[in-house]
Amino acid sequence: MRPIGRAMMRVIRGYAREIMLAAIVLVLVLSVGARAPVFLTFESLNGVLTDSAILAMMALAQMMVILIRGIDLSVAANLALSGMVVALLSEQAPNLPIIGTILVAAGCGAVLGFFNGFLVASIAIPPIVVTLGTLAIYRGLVFVVSGGRWISSHRMPPAFLDFPHETFLGVSTLVWIAALVAVATAVFLGRTRVGRGLYAVGGNPVAARYCGIDLGRQELLVFTISGAVSGLCGYLWVARFGIAYTEIALGYELSIIAACVIGGVSIGGGIGTVTGTLLGALFLGVVVNALPVINVSPFWQMAISGMVILTAVVINARTESRKGKLILPEARRAAAGGSL
Amino acid sequence: MSEPTRYQVLDRAPTRWSDRALRWETILLALVAVVVAVNTVQSPYFLDVYNLSDMTQNFSEKAIVALGMALLILVREIDLSVAAIVSVASLGIGFAAKAGISPPGLFAIGIVIGAVCGVLNSFLVTAFGLPSIVVTIGTMSLYRGIAQVVLGDQAITAYPSRYTDLAQTFVLERPPLYLAFLLFIMLAVVFAAVLHLTPWGRMLYAIGNNPVASRFSGIRVERIRFILFVVSGALSGLAGALLTARIGSTRPNIALGWELEIVTMVVLGGISIRGGSGTVPGVVIAILLLGLTTFGLTLLNVPGIVINVILGCLLIAAIAAPIVLARARLASAARLH
Repeated sequence: MRPIGRAMMRVIRGYAREIMLAAIVLVLVLSVGARAPVFLTFESLNGVLTDSAILAMMALAQMMVILIRGIDLSVAANLALSGMVVALLSEQAPNLPIIGTILVAAGCGAVLGFFNGFLVASIAIPPIVVTLGTLAIYRGLVFVVSGGRWISSHRMPPAFLDFPHETFLGVSTLVWIAALVAVATAVFLGRTRVGRGLYAVGGNPVAARYCGIDLGRQELLVFTISGAVSGLCGYLWVARFGIAYTEIALGYELSIIAACVIGGVSIGGGIGTVTGTLLGALFLGVVVNALPVINVSPFWQMAISGMVILTAVVINARTESRKGKLILPEARRAAAGGSL
Repeated sequence: MSEPTRYQVLDRAPTRWSDRALRWETILLALVAVVVAVNTVQSPYFLDVYNLSDMTQNFSEKAIVALGMALLILVREIDLSVAAIVSVASLGIGFAAKAGISPPGLFAIGIVIGAVCGVLNSFLVTAFGLPSIVVTIGTMSLYRGIAQVVLGDQAITAYPSRYTDLAQTFVLERPPLYLAFLLFIMLAVVFAAVLHLTPWGRMLYAIGNNPVASRFSGIRVERIRFILFVVSGALSGLAGALLTARIGSTRPNIALGWELEIVTMVVLGGISIRGGSGTVPGVVIAILLLGLTTFGLTLLNVPGIVINVILGCLLIAAIAAPIVLARARLASAARLH
């Protein structure tokens, strides 16, 4: 019994932040449900999940970039550009199968992400500068490729539009895709050598280099993944809302980073979990969906998420510093006991 | 790692011709000259004093904020909430104008609101030791959220003409200058003097290069950070007062997205995003370069968003070129040996 109890304690301690965040999300959902029971119905909660799906995927990709001390500000522009490319493609080739559309969207995004990664890894420009530049470039290219047009739903083929809305076991495709991305990210970060290497680089780039980890290749990889996910979300966004134009998802990069920060990803690199980031995105999704239900003006949304971000970073800063102090006594105990 | 000059300490100013020619400011000036030359050939309306003066209206408010941002980035901090502070300041000015406060009072209110927002930013950064990029993403949301909550989908447009005239008409007739540009030039001179001629300015470079060593050598790092965030907030408030007067209205989405344009100005101006290097004249020249390029392309009827593409390329090319050149020079030197 005792080893199991200790293992459980270790899990609880390791995931303290995630458990707390999950509790907060749960309390939030329940208290909104107490005022408006309609919020707790399956349809409504399913809607919250569907609404958070794109944000969750984008936040997971952003987390990988932040893990190695980078940042990708170009994701929302990438989403808009890839979304516009597939919208134009669907207009020209209405019979293209959905899998083809998804591959084109993700591929287009990956190329744009690779360009970021190339500038960061090979020319050694700081990520924030690169993506600040490509943010403007990609957003402008949306206008250039579309000629400033709006592509609305009646120009898109039905199969293209219906895909994100289709349901499987009562849950929309969007949520299933997000779940798939989350599982893939968790396996990649937790179970592969390259994925563990991202944490190593973020924790201590110099030490990681002495361990033989190639930072440049990691940067290329992570920015390409971030781009590919943005491209995929570009298609999903355009198909879900049935419209593509230059300004879609304008400023969305900051909501994405906010979801990461709420989820406990440290902007200094090396710290962040899939669960935490998913909860961060879910939290923002719940707030957005709960406000109209409890008759609060949607104009409150921004101010509330601002306060949440600030609270989250203050709490995270505390837990991070506490963690640093805990290591020593544990190490001493392990050394005294003589066992691992 | 990739910046060998970062920890180089010069005992005296560079005096050799080649030192001067390779300075970032010189490269930027050359680019300005190219832009002016190309535009003068392309359009007969470019070198018109009144056109050029109107051009300054498009960037002067951002330029004022960029001065504060430059100092923050120099000490390894950043303030992404500047545009949101503009919206809150504009909101306060709107209510003050409804209450019948005189134009100088409106400017004062804008600056004070900005400074108060800056105090909150600096409190969060210095008291909790939080990274400023995260804090100011949070306060950006909070400040603009306040403007949204108060205004909703409404706008404040009842501004007295005595106030709007301050920003919409020339404050000097000969040469024709607008108030925002005049203030920018005056502030730029003050900032350049403080940064490059006073011990206080040297401290900023020290902090930017090594905050820990600076702290141990007796520089009050936290206090200086605190002051810089308040300065950045106050300048944003001033920009808010100027912008509100110029467009004569307050909406929740006023100055949306400015923070990234302002960071672009500063980075193009040669302030290293890693802190510790760059100059105020560099930033001023970069602002003029961006302004002249935008103006020239506008005269050629290039749409605004396409101009953004060109400016994005300019930013990346300008930062990449010196790195690529330095690497090429290293490679050729290695081949000689």
